[in-house]
Amino acid sequence: MTNVVTETSSDLRVIGKSLPRVDAVGKLIGLTAYADDMELPNTLYCKLLRSHHPHARVLSIDTSAAKALDGVAAVITGEDLPIKYGIMPTSQDEHALENEKVRFVGDPVAAVAAVDEETALAACRLIKVEYEPLEAIESIEHALLAPSDEPIHDYAGPGNIHRMGALEFGDVDQGFENASHIREDVFFYEGNTHLPMEQHSAIATFVGDQLTLWSSTQNPHYVHRALARVFDMPMGHIRVVAAPHGGGFGGKSDPFSHEMAVCKLAMVTGRPVKCTLTREEVFYVHRGRHPVLMWVRTGVSNDGKILAMHFRTALDGGAYGSYGPASMLYTGALQTTTYNIPAYRFEGVRVFTNKAPCGPKRGHGTPQPRFALELHLDKIAEEIGLDPVELRRRNYVKPYTRTINHLRITSCGIEEVTDQVIEASGFLNRKRRLGHGMGFAISSYMCGAGLPIYWNKLPHSECIIQVNRGGVSLYCGATDIGQGSDTVLATVAAEQLGLQPTDIRITSGDTGLTPVDLGSYSSRVTFMAGNAALQAAHEMRNILVEAVAEKMECSPQEVMVGDGKIGELTFEEAATLAQEKLGVLATRGSYAPPPNIGGKFKASGVGPSPAYSYSAAVVDLDADPYSGEIQLNKVWLAHDIGRSINALAVKGQVEGGVYMGLSEAMMEGQLYRHGLHKQPSMLDYKSFTFFEMPEVDTFLVETVDLEGPYGAKEVGQGPLLPVIPAVASAVHDALGVWIDEVPITPDKIMRALDAKAKGREGRYGPKNFPKISYPSIVKVPPFDASSSPF
Amino acid sequence: MGSIGSHEVLRLSVNGRSHELLVKPYATLLEILREDLRLTGTKHGCEAGECGACVVLIDGAPQLSCLVLPGQINGSEVTTIEGVTNGSELHPVQQAFMDHGALQCGYCTPGMVLSSVALLESNPAPSREEIKEALSGNLCRCTGYASIIEAVEDAGRSMA
Repeated sequence: MTNVVTETSSDLRVIGKSLPRVDAVGKLIGLTAYADDMELPNTLYCKLLRSHHPHARVLSIDTSAAKALDGVAAVITGEDLPIKYGIMPTSQDEHALENEKVRFVGDPVAAVAAVDEETALAACRLIKVEYEPLEAIESIEHALLAPSDEPIHDYAGPGNIHRMGALEFGDVDQGFENASHIREDVFFYEGNTHLPMEQHSAIATFVGDQLTLWSSTQNPHYVHRALARVFDMPMGHIRVVAAPHGGGFGGKSDPFSHEMAVCKLAMVTGRPVKCTLTREEVFYVHRGRHPVLMWVRTGVSNDGKILAMHFRTALDGGAYGSYGPASMLYTGALQTTTYNIPAYRFEGVRVFTNKAPCGPKRGHGTPQPRFALELHLDKIAEEIGLDPVELRRRNYVKPYTRTINHLRITSCGIEEVTDQVIEASGFLNRKRRLGHGMGFAISSYMCGAGLPIYWNKLPHSECIIQVNRGGVSLYCGATDIGQGSDTVLATVAAEQLGLQPTDIRITSGDTGLTPVDLGSYSSRVTFMAGNAALQAAHEMRNILVEAVAEKMECSPQEVMVGDGKIGELTFEEAATLAQEKLGVLATRGSYAPPPNIGGKFKASGVGPSPAYSYSAAVVDLDADPYSGEIQLNKVWLAHDIGRSINALAVKGQVEGGVYMGLSEAMMEGQLYRHGLHKQPSMLDYKSFTFFEMPEVDTFLVETVDLEGPYGAKEVGQGPLLPVIPAVASAVHDALGVWIDEVPITPDKIMRALDAKAKGREGRYGPKNFPKISYPSIVKVPPFDASSSPF
Repeated sequence: MGSIGSHEVLRLSVNGRSHELLVKPYATLLEILREDLRLTGTKHGCEAGECGACVVLIDGAPQLSCLVLPGQINGSEVTTIEGVTNGSELHPVQQAFMDHGALQCGYCTPGMVLSSVALLESNPAPSREEIKEALSGNLCRCTGYASIIEAVEDAGRSMA
């Protein structure tokens, strides 16, 4: 589509202002009904029986005693849901209920619907499952060995390898040969989880032949598809509604067992069925940050220019595929969107283990390599005696260029975000003393995945605007998961129509009422749904302006829009006038990314985006050399937002991203012992409270992207990324030791200090990267520059 | 408290309205509010006293409703998020949360608002440290907490 940015910043009435979110009041007064707050007449309550074995064959399931319990309406097992599903087309490896084999502690095997949760739980306890335990695979290294009895899955392989990839761009060997300095490092990033405040919940009805599911999902579009597959039903008979959402961060992006179970139980019983997970179950459902082991080798010239980079990753995927094929490729895709790497080789592997399945968490597959890459560059800078900021600047990508792995870079504020945090923090003139440190890092993130998860030619986002009885209704499939997507859509439409965002009635995330939007993942909503809304609103504006111009007997260019007026008429009068003349007033907008934003090689689907945001962070902290404890003092975060649609919401996303980055940098970990989750509670799984969170200074850089709606880019994920390496860098600045493993905890700092004191390397982190039989490298030819201006 | 069969009679005032409820002796106040009274503004994030989403005021003091049993609250006055608003007018704390962007997904918000109301009623001009102390039992995964602190400071000024 063509962009319709005609206003300069000073012309904008609501875009960029700090206005309250459009859904604030309902949430503040306790009226907003999240999925578990919904209550339909005659509802049954569902509980899932989950495996307590990490890996076992299911020999038999006896549900007779559970079915006989008073108050139980139905009990289902895997036999009732035989069709497999999975978010990625290549990894359809999940049964809603497993009846042949369980693969992690928490894998569901049966579901009960009963008059209340208490009865459903009692019934679950009466279900007899006979298991034959199998060897549990608990680590990347273990998964790489030949299985002693059988692999976790019988597809993919060899053994427990889920997916592998090996790509080379440019001549890496030649680059290393030309390098005057080469360095290798190994890093590990522990897995962690989203910990949304809201426990997942879903409620389903089956009336006539129509199935309706309300769920705390980020992606109703993909859940819709999965339900159609699992129930072998026409898409048109299924409606999935994303209920108001109590936090996602990527954790509610997959189709889930409890969603399938309530649908099936609603079909069996003819009654509404609801399932709300316990907090413990939320930890098992997971789909969170992959633990990733990383090896990186970089060759630089005398003056610090990167000449070649070789990056290897190994991801612990947990028990199922989930988004894994994409997660694996993301660990190698975006290194090039910040640094000009003329020769780049990536090798990645994702393995299955008998742990809760990993998936996408804020930053999906990129915080781990970003942590490794930024620290690796710090170490190179130290070795060649160059300031770490200067080393980075010498390698920064330029706007409107093409990366070696064929990604199209457009607007790029990487220099500006660096300037902002470096100047504001005084990083270059920081006082050096033992125990105090500052760290700097930068990053980049996508404004929406350039390709959908499954191959199809639908637009990525569509929007309908209806003006009726003087009011505006906007329909879009995007899902507000708390990030403020409804507010973005309302603000874009309000700007075009001369109204306030709260004048726009939003219906979103409902596959029965709203046109297609792929969902709230990959930071795609502002850019993609925002563009669809902009197009629909602009068309509606034109309709109203023309009607008013005809009445005022002037040209449409003379009709001013704003402050609730269209020309001399109020919006309501203009809307009524146009509706009298034209009948139904409905306009539409749709967005699909341009075709030339990425490469055409196998695995090129991961990485391309219509635009990239840029973030820079400086972290200031005190690290105690005697206890290893870290006191965070302050964080400076600058973000290239393109343009703020709502400055208050953008600031909130920045602060929230910084918070989540700090919390996982310093304490969060999804840890296991003998296949058991070690801390499946909010008390044991540590996360930041008010006490740990330092002051954050936010700087917004507006590069006004030519293709973004009003020039806007993403902010939901990018600002998290540089925070984690900046913490590690600051710890090194304070104590002179490298903590090459996330989370950065006092014990690791003390071990590194202890090693240093004993004359060994002052470092904590993995020593080796395992020998992995990656597939042979695919040498990708250079981008065909004739197909694109850059 | 009287009892009928396996249930007990609980007398409770919620948001200024008196109730006589027949409840299981092990039902939590969270369950009573959400399931018996259908006041679903009170949220649950853990049902184990770890997250603060279910905070309500019991006789003016912030309490985790998921840990409170009927035997502890007979005759008490409970304020939930539904009782904070004065008609359709937002409480100054709610208004400040809105103005400062101190909510995103909104799931921690009812508990966060009630903890803040309780703080400001006893201490209208709290220091940042006092705000952190008072709200440290309320987790939020969206905001990074900073906007909440600003909102509470602002609300305190407008309530003074």
